[in-house]
Amino acid sequence: MANQVPLVDYLVLGDQPHLVANECTQCGARYFDRRNACAGCFGTEFRSVGVATEGEVRAFTIVSMAAPGIEVPFVSAVVDCDGTSVRANVINTPPDPDHVSLGMKVRLATYPMGDDENGTVAVGFGFEPAT
Amino acid sequence: MSAQDEIWILGIHMTKFGKHPDKDLVDLGVEAIQGALADGGVTMADVGVLAAGNLRGGGGIGQQLQKQVGQTGIPVYNVANACATGATALRTAIMAVKAGEVDVGLAVGVEKLAGAGLLAGADRDEDSNVWEPSGRYGAVAEVDGRIGTATMPGVFAQIGMEYGHRYGGANFELFAKISEKNHFHSTLNPLAAYTKAMSADEIMNDVMIAYPNTRPMCSANCDGAAAAVVLNGAKLKTLSKQQQRRAVKVSASILTTDPWEEACQVLPNVNTLTRNAANQAYEQAGVGPEDLDLVELHDCFATAELVHYDNLMLCEEGGAADFFNSGVTWRDGRLPVNVSGGLQSKGHPIAATGIANIWEVCQHLRDEGKQRQIEGAKVGLAHVIGLGSACGVHILEKAA
Repeated sequence: MANQVPLVDYLVLGDQPHLVANECTQCGARYFDRRNACAGCFGTEFRSVGVATEGEVRAFTIVSMAAPGIEVPFVSAVVDCDGTSVRANVINTPPDPDHVSLGMKVRLATYPMGDDENGTVAVGFGFEPAT
Repeated sequence: MSAQDEIWILGIHMTKFGKHPDKDLVDLGVEAIQGALADGGVTMADVGVLAAGNLRGGGGIGQQLQKQVGQTGIPVYNVANACATGATALRTAIMAVKAGEVDVGLAVGVEKLAGAGLLAGADRDEDSNVWEPSGRYGAVAEVDGRIGTATMPGVFAQIGMEYGHRYGGANFELFAKISEKNHFHSTLNPLAAYTKAMSADEIMNDVMIAYPNTRPMCSANCDGAAAAVVLNGAKLKTLSKQQQRRAVKVSASILTTDPWEEACQVLPNVNTLTRNAANQAYEQAGVGPEDLDLVELHDCFATAELVHYDNLMLCEEGGAADFFNSGVTWRDGRLPVNVSGGLQSKGHPIAATGIANIWEVCQHLRDEGKQRQIEGAKVGLAHVIGLGSACGVHILEKAA
């Protein structure tokens, strides 16, 4: 199997792909980016925590017009994963209001984005309908 | 409060919003400044500070404008605060007057945006030949379109949908009807970029940008400028009766940013900072939402107007859809919202917007609103939000 690299460093690949967050050890605030300090309590210590792989669509839009080079339409959403909000596309379902709805149950899914000149495959993620 | 502590708008002006191919940033800014000075009956010699807002022009707009309207050596503050840039410029001038450093301040906001297209989504380049993590997320490729959307119509679509999810009652048709109202209002505003009435049906069947926002439900990119002269009450008393009669009192001037909350770095939270700004403004002005005669709020997208009814506490919490459906925000309703046509039809030259909305309110408080005058208007509120985020709220009152 070819080497794999995740699209972003908060996506952990393997048998059970999942997202990880940087959690403030002081107040529990969660972030996905590299942190200097906590925006909530100013703490500077973080631990890596796994994020639930199933969640509920709390907000979405179907983007029909985007910057050149970006394939449309696609569904952008905020998914509530057991209290941690995640930004992601809703994938593996037609991008229209009949197939995507507020409150729908979704689960994390990964997909290959193609390989680079070393043969390494980048892997992206989204959320797909859970039913 | 002593007269020294009171803040008044003495003169204010907005240019026609739209396409101005023959005018550059400086031309538009000069037109706004000279218009505001003439409106207030003062000159650059009277002005002690200039705050100049522009977002996409490359910097230093204040000094460029001085070189055309008057280099008097006063301090210039060039400000940029996303879509709240105009309000930030005004607030900067107000703070200088409030601090007692100057008696008279000038604020201007100017933008050239006609034909700019989608904002805040960069073109996607070809992926590199080697997947190499970079940036704060360690991304090996561009994430816009792969991990949600960075474009404004999509971000604000989600903000409106989130409100609908939480409270119900918000759907595609409701958002289209909000847009229908604003486009109808624009037919009475000769300075608006677009002045054509559109039915909710036409709006829903127009080009889809980011569901549920179709093209007419998005703010219009255009060129424009607005400027205001502010001064303290003591200085105003030394001016003519005519100037005193037309002056508009700034009973609250507030700027906030978004406090940290869960999810706010995933989808911008435009709600809490607006609610905080509104609370502070009502307290500072000693008025409540029930005292307002008109509101100009930041309808950068139809989906945004809905949530701000709630954030500005114009309705009960969670009740924005019912509030709109009751008809009160149309110009013949109890609390007209965006009688200018709003950003969806008046247009949104970013840095001008936060002063132009104040110009609109002033027109009504001065009984100079002509064909779109809201009769008997005494108190108005102007609101802007810049994503990132910054929120400006000003409450204005008619001179007694």
